[in-house]
Amino acid sequence: MIISIASGKGGTGKTTVATNLALSLGKGTRLLDCDVEEPNAHLFLYPEITETEEVSTFIPVVDEGLCTACKKCAEICRFRALTVVGQKVLVFPELCHSCGGCVEVCPEGAILEGERVLGVVESGHCGDLEFSQGRLRVGEAMSPPLIKKVRTNRNSEKTIIIDAPPGTSCPVIAAMKGSDFVLMVTEPTPFGLHDLKLAVEAVKILGIPSGLIINRSDMGDDKVVKYAEEEGLPILMEIPFARKIAEAYSCGRPIVEIMPEWVEQFRTLYRSIETLANGGGGPQ
Amino acid sequence: MIRELVVVSGKGGTGKTSITAAFGSLAENVVLCDADVDAADLHLLMAPRVQRKTDFMGGSLAEIRAADCVECDRCRELCRFDAISEDYVVDPISCEGCGVCVDLCPEQAIDFPIQKCGEWFISDTRFGPMVHARLGIAEENSGKLVSLVRQETKKLAEERGCEFILTDGPPGIGCPVIASIGGATALAIIVEPTVSGLHDMKRVAELAVHFKVPGLVCVNKYDLNLEMTEKIEAFGLARNMTLLGRIPFDPVFTRAMIEGKNVLEHAPDSLAAQSIREVWQKIMSFPSMNTMGIKDFSATIQ
Repeated sequence: MIISIASGKGGTGKTTVATNLALSLGKGTRLLDCDVEEPNAHLFLYPEITETEEVSTFIPVVDEGLCTACKKCAEICRFRALTVVGQKVLVFPELCHSCGGCVEVCPEGAILEGERVLGVVESGHCGDLEFSQGRLRVGEAMSPPLIKKVRTNRNSEKTIIIDAPPGTSCPVIAAMKGSDFVLMVTEPTPFGLHDLKLAVEAVKILGIPSGLIINRSDMGDDKVVKYAEEEGLPILMEIPFARKIAEAYSCGRPIVEIMPEWVEQFRTLYRSIETLANGGGGPQ
Repeated sequence: MIRELVVVSGKGGTGKTSITAAFGSLAENVVLCDADVDAADLHLLMAPRVQRKTDFMGGSLAEIRAADCVECDRCRELCRFDAISEDYVVDPISCEGCGVCVDLCPEQAIDFPIQKCGEWFISDTRFGPMVHARLGIAEENSGKLVSLVRQETKKLAEERGCEFILTDGPPGIGCPVIASIGGATALAIIVEPTVSGLHDMKRVAELAVHFKVPGLVCVNKYDLNLEMTEKIEAFGLARNMTLLGRIPFDPVFTRAMIEGKNVLEHAPDSLAAQSIREVWQKIMSFPSMNTMGIKDFSATIQ
């Protein structure tokens, strides 16, 4: 079973839910941190990283000896990553989307396969829990191919928990696609509600069953609850604001460590997810 | 000379939008810009009256005309994004819009219609004009839309003789953030005093180094962890950033949001409101924000 934790708005508690759920389930679980721009799960899990893999993407490299400056490569490139100035092809690697069109159309075979580093995938474990995360190279704009690479990291684990990035655009879709269940985390505020609605729309496009966790559930109003009822989005957990939780979070300590009674609540949450994922649920 | 302050954070949910909205009350002759097009929230505190709405035409997507397709499989061989199914239907979510299949289909059976990927707006608010946008769900090209919104804000500021642009940036360090910070007069980083807040701030600061932008640091909810607040400020100073001050954790932010107001309107006498006024004074007296537009490269993030 693959569970994605998503939110629309940032800072609502995705990483808190992902890490505490993973810790509560323990053995047979792998956490994939797909928030590759700002991966944070490691700050709460202290994983021992045993493998680091650099992830690159294709960029064209022009063999000037073979190039006749026919401009075919620049013509097919929709991203303006290649341009011909006089008799020379200039490549702008940061604009390249790695479609390989230039390689296909070059009649001289003058375009070679170069590489641009997107970031790294780091894997290891923390106790019984398996762990992988992506870390986007600072300055790199394209995160989806790195997220897809993190997603391929699984062995024989029964349960995969994905910590997704915020928002609703391509990086989030890359993280959630192919999940069995999307667990949305929001706060009961106007910002939380507004961005939750966007996230629900994104999940609908993918057609994945979903449920909701309301974090800091006593700091806001009742509009998120009303919206969830209208949408038929099941509320699976409410986490009230507690200074103790906020302070523990600030030092990188998970809830289940300072309040072990939450372990059972997260396990119950998992069982509800199993039922919903098998029988459908959430807005379709 | 138009100056632009861009507010970012790295980590989401540190208070960027609430604080930007409060700055909106204090800034004079300002144009507001919401560059978080993916999950835009500034409008929820600004009650914008939309004056002009424009479609954002992003990239194109491939569409195979079944009637003309001879199933030669060439498109599937060419597509590096696994966007074409075995029965020759393009998945619009996976399609990157590179057009390679379109150009190289031997039957020319693939169309490439340009897509509406969102909308952008010019609005009036009680604090001045505002440019904002909405990216379609599951869309790409967010960086392109951010660049467009910032350009249009600048144009509007010139037309209306406004000298100050206040931009609410997106979280993260990827494509939309890169599009948000190039050319900014200064970057204000709003950090929360947590391990994630510091970790994510370091990455956004590292990104800002590439763009040679002066940096300002403000710790929000500082009293949740004083030790972490001090660490963040020490990091900021070590990287040549200027400290703006501290804002306390205060539920008035949430209550203001529920009323659709900023915290200065909702609770002008609160400690939070006072600290925001002090932060704003620091921003306006920061040498890089001088009205002459003199670039001070000694102030850039190191």
